[in-house]
Amino acid sequence: MSLRLQARKLACERDDRWLFHDLDLELCAGQIVRVEGPNGSGKTTLLKILSGQLADYRGELFWKGAPMHRVRRDFLANLLYLGHASGVKAALTPLENLAWYQALAGAPGDEDDRLAALEAVGLAGFEDLPAGQLSAGQQRRVALARLELMPRPLWVLDEPFTAIDREGVAALEARLEAHTRCGGCVLVTTHHALRASAGLRSVCLGEGGAGVER
Amino acid sequence: MVAIRATLKRDLVLLLRRRSEVLNPLVFFALVITLFPIGISPDPALLATIAPGLLWVAALLAALLSLDGLFRSDYEDGSLEQLLLSPQPLPALALAKVAVHWLLTGLPLALMAPVLGIMLSLPAGSYLVLALSLALGSASLSLIGAIGAALTVGLSRGGVLLSLLVLPLYIPVLIFGAGAVQAAIQGAGVSAHLAILGALLAVALIFAPWAIAASLRISING
Repeated sequence: MSLRLQARKLACERDDRWLFHDLDLELCAGQIVRVEGPNGSGKTTLLKILSGQLADYRGELFWKGAPMHRVRRDFLANLLYLGHASGVKAALTPLENLAWYQALAGAPGDEDDRLAALEAVGLAGFEDLPAGQLSAGQQRRVALARLELMPRPLWVLDEPFTAIDREGVAALEARLEAHTRCGGCVLVTTHHALRASAGLRSVCLGEGGAGVER
Repeated sequence: MVAIRATLKRDLVLLLRRRSEVLNPLVFFALVITLFPIGISPDPALLATIAPGLLWVAALLAALLSLDGLFRSDYEDGSLEQLLLSPQPLPALALAKVAVHWLLTGLPLALMAPVLGIMLSLPAGSYLVLALSLALGSASLSLIGAIGAALTVGLSRGGVLLSLLVLPLYIPVLIFGAGAVQAAIQGAGVSAHLAILGALLAVALIFAPWAIAASLRISING
């Protein structure tokens, strides 16, 4: 069964205000869906719902055609989620941080893989410093190294470009495109305009209305 | 299994790098016990009668003091989110975190208690029971307390609420723990008390991991 994340008639209400309603969304292999909208329009909430973290919504979610609650284990095994908070422990070194994430995925992992992943995000030479001593952008890069390290098809990224420098942004964009070319799919929120590519679509969340797909 | 071992190791490393968090409950325990003979009376007979309860209450409060931080730093830096999104069984991962908490809080408290018992002129012969009852009891305390910590992790000032939530559940452990030491002093059999402490721990071991996992889900969804 091919990768497919579907949302049907999704609606979420916060503080007596509809963040979005009647939102239909489909994410298939080879696609990047960019969620855009002003601050507070519910981008993060939508991502949390779609990654199975929030249960407080109306509508239905399907993964590979089956209802989400029945295939949650399989969904989580395919998902890589990067949230607002980077999930990087300040007291651990980048290598130790990545080792834990590898183990959390179920495999003990290999030190060489971790070093290669850190090098790929431009952190070669910083692997043994406590992450707390790194800059905000470098900490973000430690989190992004997980993209290199863990072969998961579905990426859900919440503002991955925050604090990343210009070269880093270009590299990450290229990485996203490469991932979709290999059959993966990406759901991303960002205020940064992504380079147009074949698989790119945008969903715009606006003032209390339905999401508009463009 | 890999994930559980890695979580154990990660939490141990984290706590050993932030030693003040490990030392705080121990220092608190030592301070409280040191102040009592000064505040009440240095009379050994009086101290010996109140020593079991005193040591147990102080150890219980020290353990409670350290609980608030159990999930907080993970919550703040986003690791908790990632823990919940991992395809591993969450109760097992939660149990690993609680095990580390016990190893670095409950166990040191249990080992320290006999030394502080000397200060309270605790009768000889009850030291081993004191350490044993605290080791068993503090494991239950960590497990039960973790449920409260998981429920309050999303609140900015959950400390007081956490105490109110878990203190009633701590009372059986306190009664049988202090009772064991009391029985040892009086020369009565301690096995009944220790067996009940063990039973409490067994029940906590079976139910608490699920309760912690469910509480974490509630906190993150909130």
